[in-house]
This record gives sequence, structure tokens and C-alpha cells, in this order.
Amino acid sequence: MNTMNPSITAEAGIRDQGAAISVPEDKPEDTVIEEGKTVGKPFADDPKFKLRNVEVSYGAARAIKNISLDIGRNEVIAFIGPSGCGKSTFLRCLNRMNDSIEICRVKGSLELDDQNIYDPKRDVVELRARVGMVFQKPNPFPKSIYDNVAYGPRIHGLANRKSELDDIVENSLRKAGLWNEAKDRLDATATGMSGGQQQRLCIARAIAVSPEVILMDEPCSALDPIATARVEELIAEMSESYTIVIVTHSMQQAARVSSRTAYFHMGHLVEVNDTSKVFTMPEHELTESYITGRFG
Amino acid sequence: MPAKKDDVYGDHISNKFNDELLALKTRFLKMGGLVETQIDSAVKALVDSDGYLAEEIRAKDKLVDRMEMDVDEEAMLIIARRQPTARDLRLVISVIRMVADLERVGDEAKKIAKFAIKLSEEGQAPQGYVEVRHIGAHVMGMLHDSLDAFARLDSEQALRVMKEDKRVDEEYQAAARTLLTFMMEDARNISRCMSVMWVLRALERVGDHACNIAENVIFMVKGEDVRHTPMEEAERVVGR
Repeated sequence: MNTMNPSITAEAGIRDQGAAISVPEDKPEDTVIEEGKTVGKPFADDPKFKLRNVEVSYGAARAIKNISLDIGRNEVIAFIGPSGCGKSTFLRCLNRMNDSIEICRVKGSLELDDQNIYDPKRDVVELRARVGMVFQKPNPFPKSIYDNVAYGPRIHGLANRKSELDDIVENSLRKAGLWNEAKDRLDATATGMSGGQQQRLCIARAIAVSPEVILMDEPCSALDPIATARVEELIAEMSESYTIVIVTHSMQQAARVSSRTAYFHMGHLVEVNDTSKVFTMPEHELTESYITGRFG
Repeated sequence: MPAKKDDVYGDHISNKFNDELLALKTRFLKMGGLVETQIDSAVKALVDSDGYLAEEIRAKDKLVDRMEMDVDEEAMLIIARRQPTARDLRLVISVIRMVADLERVGDEAKKIAKFAIKLSEEGQAPQGYVEVRHIGAHVMGMLHDSLDAFARLDSEQALRVMKEDKRVDEEYQAAARTLLTFMMEDARNISRCMSVMWVLRALERVGDHACNIAENVIFMVKGEDVRHTPMEEAERVVGR
């Protein structure tokens, strides 16, 4: 078995993150939410992702309840919500990372560029190259910096010659804002880098296979404020070339980096709106309660 | 989310944050109360030719200034510590704006007190005191109502305050015309009538500040900025 297959390693990454397999119990607040109804602007023209009536359950327990959402091209959209609300579960639907969780069932229509993501004939590895993922805890391979970035392009056959591979590695590291720090030690082992550098390396690794979408699951949770600020700057630059979906616990981060914000609550998508509106005058009372800290 | 009965805003998870917001509101309203008293006393001092009262008002203005700085500092600390959002953010921003209006009202009271002293020394003006009492009562009512609208988050009351501004302007114009007539009749009246004119002007400004406070209350409650927009726009926002 090829243990270095990036999709398997990434799946291990999910288990390392202690991924939210906890399922929210139904609480009295559920009664104020109308299932399948989302206030604000959940839909977009010519979306990158078109998601309709998505249902995700872990065994008998419903984790995502009838959610419909568009994710626009080249937008940065933030998913926020209390612990256990389903935002990470929903994120993982977008590149079928939930496939690795046996009891997880995904229903509904999920399309990327008008093509069904869950088509059984679909090449999942190719999907995950197009829709890359960066996790909460940086998870570089136990290889050199160069090989971390080069691994994906190698196995996807993106380079015919060493010089082409070198170019891809350099471009990816540059885009991730890591080139100057790494260029003189590309052969050094990646695990020797600081947390912030490792995370930017993981971003470079995702970029190296020319994705169209980058999913980020609390990418700065494990980083200090300076490293966080650098990653946020990076997100702003990357949004010109990629569609970015970021799950975050930090309201301020969502406010800083995203153009639209989606508020999840107990498996429901309560509100989606322009970020500036969500944080100054949200439409739904639950959204306001959460972001003002009246309940978590 | 059920709100706590004694605070229409409802409880934060962080009690300290709750306390900080409550303290900010309380401090602001306390300053409002002080400023209302200042204006009331200033008008009394003028009408009753009470030089002593006028001196008290001028001395107390330092307290008004101090309170403005305290409220501003507290608001700034809330922003730094808590990064407030949505209604909390609008509250803090509104308080910062409104406290400046309150401080200016305090200044107008000081101005009126200054003229009260001047007139008590020069001798009463022949005319204008009825108008001062009338317009004074009018704008004090507006100020009171705007602060009350803030306390109760009542955007409809705030809108009513804004609509009063036009009436105050009309009353002021009428009073100014009357005083002008007196000045034209006899040049010896000019100095004293001018003092009364300045007082009326100061009161008219108090009305403007009450309107500013009302506009900020609407922003706080409804989330839309109605400054510099026509009355119909404010009506639409409040009616939403």
C-alpha cells in the first residue's frame, strides 16, 4: 500500500485533527430555525460550487440538515459557527474527505463547475488536486521542503523534466510567501521549520498541484499572531487566483479575510451575507447572538 | 434569545463584557443628565439674572469635559479588549459620536451662562426672555427625549425628535426678527439684544445636537446611517 498517497495521508490528517465526528444533539434553539431556509444571500451567479439540499449524517445522526449554498468563483467565504455546528463536516463534503469516514453518508446535489462531485465514476484523487485542503495542525510530510512541494506534481505527472519541477516548487513557495526563507535550505527536512512556516509549506504543497479551490479548516488555530497575520495576507493574495473556503473560530479573522460569511448552527445554514453586513448588522438573531458572544 | 429584563440587550457569556457595556451606557446617560441640568440652570440664570448660578455652571463645565474624556476612554478600551460586533459595535460607535454632542451642549450652557453674567451686569435686555424660555423648554425637551430614546432603544421617538428641529428653527427665526426690530428702534438696545440673540443661537444649537443624538440612536437600533439624508429616508429606515 502506498502510504505516501497524499489523499491517504490527508485522511490521516483528518483523524489527527480530532475531526468533528461529534454530532450535535438537537437543542431547543432548533425550533427557531426553519430547516432549509437561509437568510441573506446564499446563492451567486455562475458559482464555482453549487450545493443543493445537502444532507450529511453520521449513522443515524444528522449533522448537516438540508443546506443549499453557492460558492462563487474567486471569492473568499468564511464558515463560522459554534463547535459541533457542522461547518467542518460541510467543508469536507467539497472534496469528498468525508469518504474516509465509514459511517458518514452524504446526500443531495453537490456540483463543482456543474459536475457532480459525488459521481461514482469521478476520480477522487484528481478532485482533491483541484480542491486542495489545508488543515488546522500543519502536517508536512517527513521529507525535505523541496520534496514536500514536489510530491504532488510528481505523482500527478505535472512536470516532465527536473527544471520544470524546480519551477513549480519555486512558484509555489513564492506564492506561499516562503521562498526567501526556504530557498537556501530546500533539502532541509520540513519538520524542522516553525509552525507558521510549516503551515505555509502546506499551503505551497496544495498550490503546487494547481488547484482551483483551496479549503482551509482553521488554518491559523495553531499559529502565533505574527504567523497568523502572514497567512491572512497570503489568503488575500491567493484569492486572486483561487476560490477559498475557510472555516474559522475567530470572528475577527472571518471579518478580515472573507468577502462573504456563512453562519452555521446545529447543522443548519442560518445566514449567508456580505461579511461587512454580517458583522455590523446581521439579519438573523441567532447570527447576532453568536457573533456578539451572547452564546457560543 | 430571551433578554434580561433590566437590560434590553441581553447577556453576554462574558459577564465582564456585559458589565463594561452597561457601565458605558450608564456613564453616557449620567453625562446626559448633567448636561440637561446645565442647560436648564443656564436658562434660569439668564432669565432670573442670577450671576452666582451662572458662575456655578461655568465651573461645572469642567466636569462635563472630564466625563466626555472618560466615556471616550471606556469606549476605546471596549473596542481594544472585546472587538465588539453588530449591535455592540454600533452601540460603542454611537456613544463615541453622541458624547461629543453632549460635550458641545455643555459648552452652549457655558456660553449662555456667560451672557447671563453679562446681562446681569449691564441690565436686562428689553425683549427676548419669553422667547428664551420657550425655545429653551423646547430644546430641553428634545434633548431629554433623545437621551430617553437612547436608553430605551426607541427609534420612533428618535425620529420624532428629529422632526422637532424644523419647528425650533422657525421659532428661532421669529425670535431673531423680533429682536432685530428692537435693535433698529433704539441703538441703546443693541448690545443687550445681541446677547439675547447669542443665547437663542446657543439654544438652537442644542436642538441640533439633540437631533444628532437622535440620528445616532436610529443608527444604533436600525443599523443604517441616516445622517445627512432627507427626512423621508429616516422615516423609511425607522419604519422597516
